[in-house]
This record gives sequence, C-alpha cells and structure tokens, in this order.
Amino acid sequence: MLDRTRDRLPAGRFGPTLPRGIDKGKHMRHVIAVLLENEAGALSRVANLFSARGYNIEALSVAPTDDETVSRMTIVTQGTDEIIEQITKQLNKLIDVIRVIDLTESAHIEREMMLVKVAVPREENGRLGQLVEIFRGHVIDVAGDTYTIELTGTGTKLDAFVDNLQGYDLIEVVRSGPLAIARGGRALRV
Amino acid sequence: MQLSGGEILIECLKREGVEFIFGYPGGAVLHIYDALFRMQDDGAPRHILVRHEQGATHAADGYARATGKPGVVLVTSGPGVTNAVTGIATAYMDSIPMVVISGQVPSSVIGSDAFQEVDATGITRPCVKHNFLVKRVEDIAPTVKKAFHIATTGRPGPVLVDITKDATDPRVKIPFEYPETISLRSYKPAEAGHPGQIKRAVELLLAAKRPMIYTGGGVVLGEGSEPLRALVRRLGYPITSTLMGLGAYPATDRQFLGMLGMHGTYEANMAMHECDVLFAVGARFDDRVTGNLEHFCPYAKIIHIDIDPSSISKNVKVDVPIVGPVKRVLEQMLEQLDKTRRKPDEKALAAWWQQIEEWKKVDCLHYDRDSKKIKPQAVIEALYRITEGRAYVTSDVGQHQMWAAQFYKFDEPRRWINSGGLGTMGFGLPAAMGVQLAHPDATVVCITGEGSIQMCIQELSTCLQYRLPVKIVSLNNRYLGMVRQWQEMFYEGRYSMSYMDALPDFVKLAEAYGHVGLRVEDPKDLEKTLQDAFAMKDRLVFLDVITDPTENVYPMIAQGKGHHEMHLAPEERELA
Ligand SMILES: Cc1ncc(C[n+]2csc(CCOP(=O)(O)OP(=O)(O)O)c2C)c(N)n1
Ligand SMILES: [Mg+2]
Repeated sequence: MLDRTRDRLPAGRFGPTLPRGIDKGKHMRHVIAVLLENEAGALSRVANLFSARGYNIEALSVAPTDDETVSRMTIVTQGTDEIIEQITKQLNKLIDVIRVIDLTESAHIEREMMLVKVAVPREENGRLGQLVEIFRGHVIDVAGDTYTIELTGTGTKLDAFVDNLQGYDLIEVVRSGPLAIARGGRALRV
Repeated sequence: MQLSGGEILIECLKREGVEFIFGYPGGAVLHIYDALFRMQDDGAPRHILVRHEQGATHAADGYARATGKPGVVLVTSGPGVTNAVTGIATAYMDSIPMVVISGQVPSSVIGSDAFQEVDATGITRPCVKHNFLVKRVEDIAPTVKKAFHIATTGRPGPVLVDITKDATDPRVKIPFEYPETISLRSYKPAEAGHPGQIKRAVELLLAAKRPMIYTGGGVVLGEGSEPLRALVRRLGYPITSTLMGLGAYPATDRQFLGMLGMHGTYEANMAMHECDVLFAVGARFDDRVTGNLEHFCPYAKIIHIDIDPSSISKNVKVDVPIVGPVKRVLEQMLEQLDKTRRKPDEKALAAWWQQIEEWKKVDCLHYDRDSKKIKPQAVIEALYRITEGRAYVTSDVGQHQMWAAQFYKFDEPRRWINSGGLGTMGFGLPAAMGVQLAHPDATVVCITGEGSIQMCIQELSTCLQYRLPVKIVSLNNRYLGMVRQWQEMFYEGRYSMSYMDALPDFVKLAEAYGHVGLRVEDPKDLEKTLQDAFAMKDRLVFLDVITDPTENVYPMIAQGKGHHEMHLAPEERELA
C-alpha cells in the first residue's frame, strides 16, 4: 500500500529543517507550590490532572494556610522543561487553582518531617541517642525497647538518618514530603 | 421573593436567558421538574424531552455550536448522569459551552450507595471544565451563576452542577437573589494579546516568503471570523482550516486551500510542509492535523494565537505565542498592520501561489463521476447544490463525516457541526435537533452512516414530538466504513467486525417513528430524490442512500507520516 505514497520532496529542500515536537531533554526534579481554594474536590482535581496526563508525583503535601479559604500544596515532580511548563499551565487552568510557582526556578528552602519507630536493645540506646543528637532530632516516645524519633530536614538528611539506623529493627517510617518556600523577601500569596 | 431550590434553579436559568433545557426526569430531579411545570407560563425555559440522556447532551451541544450560547441539560442522578457522560466529554473535547444540571441523592445519604447514587462530580471531573456539588439551597443561585460564567468565558467548556435532592425541597423557601456579576480570584481569562508579541507576530508574518495560515475551531468559538477574513484578504496569504474550523473563512474563496490534516487536501498539506512562516489561529495542533511531529512544518517559524495558554507549545514548540481571545488578538494584529509601513513580499508571494496552483492540479478530491453505484462524494456535492451551500450540517463520525467536510463548502461559521475531538458516533441526529430548535426556519441536514445513526436513533421520536424537520442523509455503505478503510489499508483486508449485517429497513423505521423515509440506489435518481426530500419543508425525511461500499476517503496521511507523505486515490497515483 505504501506505493501510493508520493514523497516528492527531497529532505531539506529549503535548507535546514527545524526540530519539532516536545523536547526529549533531561528530566529534572522540580518543586511546585500551588495555592488553591480550600474546597471539596480541589485536591482530587490536582491528583486527577497528574494521573490523566501521565505526569508523576514523587511527593505531595497539602494543608490550609493562615487564610482558611486557601490551601497550599507542595508537589515534587520530575520532567523536562517542556513537561514542567505544561504541568504549571495545566495547574493554572484548574478553576480552583489561584497561583502556581515552580520554586526550583530560583533559590528556595525545603524541609521535610519524618517520624521513625525503631526497636533498639537497651545496651545500644546510648548510640541511638548520639545519632538523634547529631541529626538534631528528638525522641518523642519510648515504650520498652521501642523509640519514636522526630526529625526535620532536607530529604537527603532524612535519607542519611535512615541509612544510619541500618542494623536496628526499623519498625515504621513516616515522611511528610517536602515543604518549600522561596528564599529572601519573595512570597507566594493570594 | 421566597423560593424553593427547584424554583430558584428555574429562575436562574431564566435570568441567564436560557431558551431550552434538554432533559429527562427521574427521582432526584422531581422537585425541579415540578417547579418547571408550575413555572411554565412564567417564562421558564422550554423543556425538550429527549429519549436518552446522551441525546440531551448532544442536542444542547448542537444548540451551543449553532448559536454560541451555552447549551443546558437537566438529568437525574445515577444512570441519568452516566448516560450524559459521553455527551459531556464530546463537548469538553471541542470546547463547547454547556451547563449540565444533575440531580443527586439527598445529602444525608451521600456515600451510602443509595438508590441511583453515583459520584457525579468524580465521574465527570476529567471531562468538564469545572463541576460543583451543591448541598444547600442557598448555594444554588451563586453556583449557577459561576457555572454559566465559567462555561462561556475563556476557553469554553461544559460545567456540571450536581444538586442534592434535599436542596430543592419545595418546603424550604428562601429569599431569592441572583448575583448581577461574578468575579473569581482563581479564574481570570486573558482579555487581549500582549502588544509586544503582536508586533513580533506581524513582523514575522510580513517577512514570510512562503506563508501559511492554519485556523481551528477557536476562530468559530471565539467569533473571530470577521477579523480573520479581513486579515487574510489584506495579506493575500493562503489559508487552510482544521475540521473544527471550517466556515470561519469562506471555503469558496480563492485563498482557501481546503481542510488540512489526515484527510486534508493535497495543496493544504503540501503548503503546510513547505511554508516558512506558519500562523496558527485558535487551533491546537491535534495529531489528526499535524501528522508525524518529526516532519511537521520543517521549515517554518510558528506564530500561535490561543485563549488557552496550555494549548501553546503543548505538541509543537512555537516561536511567537500569543495568549488571548482570537477576535481581539486578530483585531490588534490588523491595527498593528495599519501602523507598519512594511508590505508582504509580493514577488515571493507570487512564486508561492504559483507552486500552490501546481499542487492544486493534482485534483486530490477527484472521484469516479461515471460510476454505476452512488458515490458518497456525489451525494454531498448534490446536497451542496440543492441546499445552495446554506444548510446547517451536522454529522456523525466515519467516512461520511470526512466526505461532508471535504465536499460541502462552508462559507459561514457555525454551519458545520460535528464531533471532532472525541469523534462520537451518535452525535449527528441529536445535535441536529438542537440546531433546528435554535434556527426553526433553517435547513438542517444530518449527514450520517448506517452505523452511527443507530447509536442515537431513538431521538427520531423526539423529532416527532417537537416537529423538527431535520433531513437525515445516511450514506449507507453497509460497513463501518472508516474502520473497513483502515483494515483494507493497514490490516491486509481482514474486515474484523466492520461489516454491518442485519440492518433495519430504514425507510420503514422512519415511517414507524412517524416520519418520511426514502431510499435511493441508482445514481440517476439521486438528485431528484434529494430534491423531493428537501421539498418537504415541514417533515423529517430519512434518506437512505445506498452508496458504493468500497469507496475510501482520500487523500489520506497514514498515522506516523508527515504532511508530504499523502496517499492519493489509486487512480491518481500517476498524476502530478
Ligand atoms: C461511539 C463510537 N464507537 C466507535 C467509534 C469508532 N469508529 C469510528 S468511525 C466508525 C465507523 C462508522 O460507521 P458509519 O457510521 O457507518 O460511517 P461510515 O464510516 O461507514 O461512513 C467507528 C466504529 C466511534 N468513533 N465512536
Ligand atoms: Mg457505514
């Protein structure tokens, strides 16, 4: 059937051709902050958008802000520049979304919180205490051999802490996903 | 004024100037239907009782496409709203303004799997511009106001308002007040294009040696037809249109190269391929239009106007993006043209037109005019002559849709009404009802296939009830023709499930529904039968046209191919 095709044009008849289509560039990690109306269904609109369009969410956290009509969401995602541009445009298009910024475009601070439950034999709790101190964490609950530790920091710091618990009986790890805020005087407000 | 929720809803629709509600009753909306009954003589919109909720959404959609006003739908909870989903998704894909009111079970039982409960906002979320769940009577009026505002502004789209039954309880009356205006802090569509971008766009356009203009449904939706015509004529550049944009620029004008894309003309697709500046207006670079993106407009710098920022650089990276309403932006470009002294490059343009004339000689829409069987293309051409090109034409989905788009030359916007984005078989007949209600004196034709028409055939009954004299022209090839064509071309002729066996006698079927049915099999009788059908001004006529079952739609760009790699009809292979 392909013999019906007539490719009459030698490639590049008018000189160099321009590349088309969306860039297949490098996937980078981005942290996107979203202010949205604190209304039923708003969260699921955002979640739906990501799954329907095949964007990935590495972490997501959401809570109301000082203005109770507004929620703030922090999304960690991966993508090429073009994909991230589409994500921010698609987010902006949602009627409930008030503002969107890609915090990774400029200087910003990230913090994540973690709760870890770990079982440590009595003779070793001194070492655990040291570790918690080095990482500036707190033991917030003890029951027999079981310690619950609270720790805040960047994602890599939390990873490093968990790595250092190797060898102990790690019972449970809960992470909040990162929160992020711009450095300096810049702010994301309604 | 003290009103119940049902009365408030009807009152809101009145205030919005709604002429028609397309709907179907059921338990969760009985309070609303009762309010409608009681307010009938009080200026309530006219309710059109369809025979299936899908028909309601397509009819409202057809009404919206033909008028530019939002279509309104009223359905019950559960199956009522799930039946409506196909029509909502159809409207969403083509950016059609629509407000769908659905009933919901009482708020006290939401989440308990109550009788006829579905999560309507959840089910429709991916295929609406926005939706609302209303549980309190006092929220009805502000929400309806928001719904109309959102549906009709910016990039239009369907909005669903799901109302729990208790919110419309007739025993609960509250003071009624309809907000005059509405402002949403999270929703502010652009009102004009950025002046700097307009300037850059005009400069790039004027620098073109091989310019091409490509317009889409956005020009129709955004009422941009007039400034578009002015701009295109002033520049003297060639123009093509997507399936959705037909009519925005007159098809009979010499600068119009026909439709582009998968079944576009040879000249339009070749001009796309070779142009050095592409001006895209209210189009979204759909895959049926661009073909393989690797080969898309390989030499062109691209200017793109769209109201929706997310349409820009979604599939194809553009050089000069302009976000704004098409009409306003085109006017701004005309103003900018007035200001600049530069003129289009006449010499280069003459050479470009000469090349285009060469491509036109291929006569890519050629077909066998001496066939002993009725050729589908001949039917559309005859239809065009008999209706003097002035009919409102709705269509279903398949080969007949493509032939209609290729052979009916639309000179005005909002005359060509079809499901482009979702490609919904079953759209044509109910859409035609909406169009006929909007324009009672106009000629409304539904071009369909024997496959598609059976997907919403029940609406023939609605047409009788409201005396809608739609003319149904069914190109009966006894095949799911478009499927058969792909199987012939790409599956070595294995016609898996594309043959339509056990077809009904459509003439008798039309008669059973109280209409006129006519059949034509011989090319000699075609013109006369069509004339007879259109002479019956106040009757619905179902024309069963027995066409050549082997006919294929050409030209065709196979999936994965570029604009320059078209299949032409076999007998034309050696031309050009
Ligand atoms: C609801 C729905 N189901 C399936 C399809 C896939 N489809 C596209 S065209 C087509 C055949 C249409 O047949 P017919 O209406 O007879 O038109 P023809 O192509 O023969 O002109 C089918 C099945 C569709 N577009 N919509
Ligand atoms: Mg068919």
